Amino acid sequence: MAAPRMASGVKALFRTTAVRLSALYLLLFAACAAFLVFYVTSMSQGLLRDQIRETVAQEASEIEQVFTRGGMNGLLRALERRARQPGANLYIIASPAGEILAGNVLSLQPGVLDQEGWTTAPFRYERYGDEGKSERHAALAEVFLLPNSLKILVGRDLGDPENFRGLVRQSLVVALGIMGIGALAIWYLIGRNALRRMDRMSGASQRIMDGDLTQRLPVGGSGDEFDRLSESLNAMLGRIEKLNEGLRQVSDNIAHDLKTPLTRLRNKAEAALAGKTEPAEFRESLSEIIAESDQLIRTFNALLMISRVEAGSAVAEMGPVDLTQIVADCVELYEPAAEDAGLSVKSEIAPDIQIIGNRELIGQALGNLLDNAIKYAEGASEGRIVVRLAREGETALLSVADNGPGIPAEHRADALKRFVRLDKSRSKPGTGLGLSLVEAVMEVHHGTLKLSATADEKGMEHGLTATMCFPASAVGKA
Amino acid sequence: MKILIVEDDLDAAAYLTKAFREAGIVSDHASDGDSGLFLATENTYDVLIVDRMLPRRDGLSLISELRAKAIHTPALILSALGQVDDRVTGLRAGGDDYLPKPYAFSELLARVEVLGRRKGSPDQDMTYRVGDLELDRLAHVVRRGGKEILLQPREFRLLEYLMKNAGQVVTRTMLLENVWDYHFDPQTNVIDVHVSRLRSKIEKDFDQPLLRTVRGAGYMIKDEVSA
Repeated sequence: MAAPRMASGVKALFRTTAVRLSALYLLLFAACAAFLVFYVTSMSQGLLRDQIRETVAQEASEIEQVFTRGGMNGLLRALERRARQPGANLYIIASPAGEILAGNVLSLQPGVLDQEGWTTAPFRYERYGDEGKSERHAALAEVFLLPNSLKILVGRDLGDPENFRGLVRQSLVVALGIMGIGALAIWYLIGRNALRRMDRMSGASQRIMDGDLTQRLPVGGSGDEFDRLSESLNAMLGRIEKLNEGLRQVSDNIAHDLKTPLTRLRNKAEAALAGKTEPAEFRESLSEIIAESDQLIRTFNALLMISRVEAGSAVAEMGPVDLTQIVADCVELYEPAAEDAGLSVKSEIAPDIQIIGNRELIGQALGNLLDNAIKYAEGASEGRIVVRLAREGETALLSVADNGPGIPAEHRADALKRFVRLDKSRSKPGTGLGLSLVEAVMEVHHGTLKLSATADEKGMEHGLTATMCFPASAVGKA
Repeated sequence: MKILIVEDDLDAAAYLTKAFREAGIVSDHASDGDSGLFLATENTYDVLIVDRMLPRRDGLSLISELRAKAIHTPALILSALGQVDDRVTGLRAGGDDYLPKPYAFSELLARVEVLGRRKGSPDQDMTYRVGDLELDRLAHVVRRGGKEILLQPREFRLLEYLMKNAGQVVTRTMLLENVWDYHFDPQTNVIDVHVSRLRSKIEKDFDQPLLRTVRGAGYMIKDEVSA
């Protein structure tokens, strides 16, 4: 049981990017290390050989001097003395034919004595005292002729450099080994950690895919790349959840707000067909039916517009617009209707506020607010509407205040939801989409819609103030 | 007046043809973009009604093709796409008016009549007259029976538009579009209030009514006596 799981765990480990990358890096570093070691080795070997050559050459010239001064006897004595010293060099006196006559070497790789000057490559030899041991040594030597045509070889064992090379090789193997094991251990720890976090994230995504949109990806709190990824995915999920929630609310409300008028429409047609006989009665029923379907179309249009605005397709038509002019236009458009409803309209419009926006959308949004204000302030004693456009720092504030019944603070958030009409009897005409549309329009302009209570001169709160806040980004650019 | 209806929905086309005939307007029908383009090129019409989404050639390309051939028959675009930007693209393609579906026939009829009238007479009249009502466009003065009537600037523009289309029905949305230059749905009766204020100013001291409300459609200014 354990072994296959382990194997699959390792397999999974190798599928992680971190481990793959580390493997690549390990190979690269190992190659570099190997190259470095071999380079240093060959350089230092060359250096050692140069030193050996130097000492050998110096000895050769000394031996030549001894021969000129002391003749053959002097030479033999000097060589005997030198040969006896510990770690001595190699000395051979050979006949012109290449036969060893004297020296501290027993046998020699054939052909070494044939050529005068430096042996081009290390050669093998056997020393006195080493007989029986099959071991042969490599050496570097210089061969030269004495005036009496005897051959002299002076050489030095290469045993030491060979050892050095072995040592380097060995340390290289050890170093690479430690490096490999260390890397494996680190990868395993890091990779397993990464895997575990990834597993947690995919677990959470799986639950989200199964329909639990309230799930969020785990955030470790270290602020690393995993956390940053989780955070932005979570923000995305929040947005999706909000949209989804809105959609569900709409479908819930469609049942009521679209099906109810449809049912009424159908009932009216049915009643007319069953009960009416006079053409005038039919006429009246039919015009009621048309009015009913017009209201339905209105609701559909508002819904479509909200979804189009929210989908951002209206953004294409943004440009510099004169907010002051739009507000003045709308006030002028709605003022007579408000006065007919017994309301006084006051407007304080700051001059010359230009923003980046869509004139139609802002007009529609402000129209909706004015329409609401007229609907709800109608019948209030000394009913009035105050429209105010002001620049506040970098932002532009556009507010419509009425002194109608207002909305209790706890219900204000609900008022922005689609199809929500706080007037439960639904006695006022309307689609229930007005404020949702205003909010969607503000979202396109990167602004906000705020609902608050209207305060009068004495600080008494009554009525509703809806404030559209256009941010600096929209105001500044124009 | 003779119009061409380019509409692929045969039921809708049959309904429109019948309704226009009852309103005294003769219509031809094409059910796709190519045949619509052919008919509009070969024959002379007063107005084209073009559905935006058509088989073979869409409505916008039909209109731009006609304009490229220097045929400037006024065109009204009908579309299920009714958003602000759709209207803008429609008018940019050479359309003269844009009506989102679903629409009231009275709205379509009013717009077609205004478009058909527009073609014949370039608007060079400096003074509009309906009965004893007189509007001087240059001096911005309105007189009735020689007596000057004071109007707000917007009321002046409202009356100007109504008198320009005297004898024709103009709908509330047409007024909002042409007098206020907005295309949204004002929901409440804002336009009606403006019209009734204007009406009280021009009819207050006179017996003869001029500005009529056309039920289920809109308004019309007309001299009932001489007509």
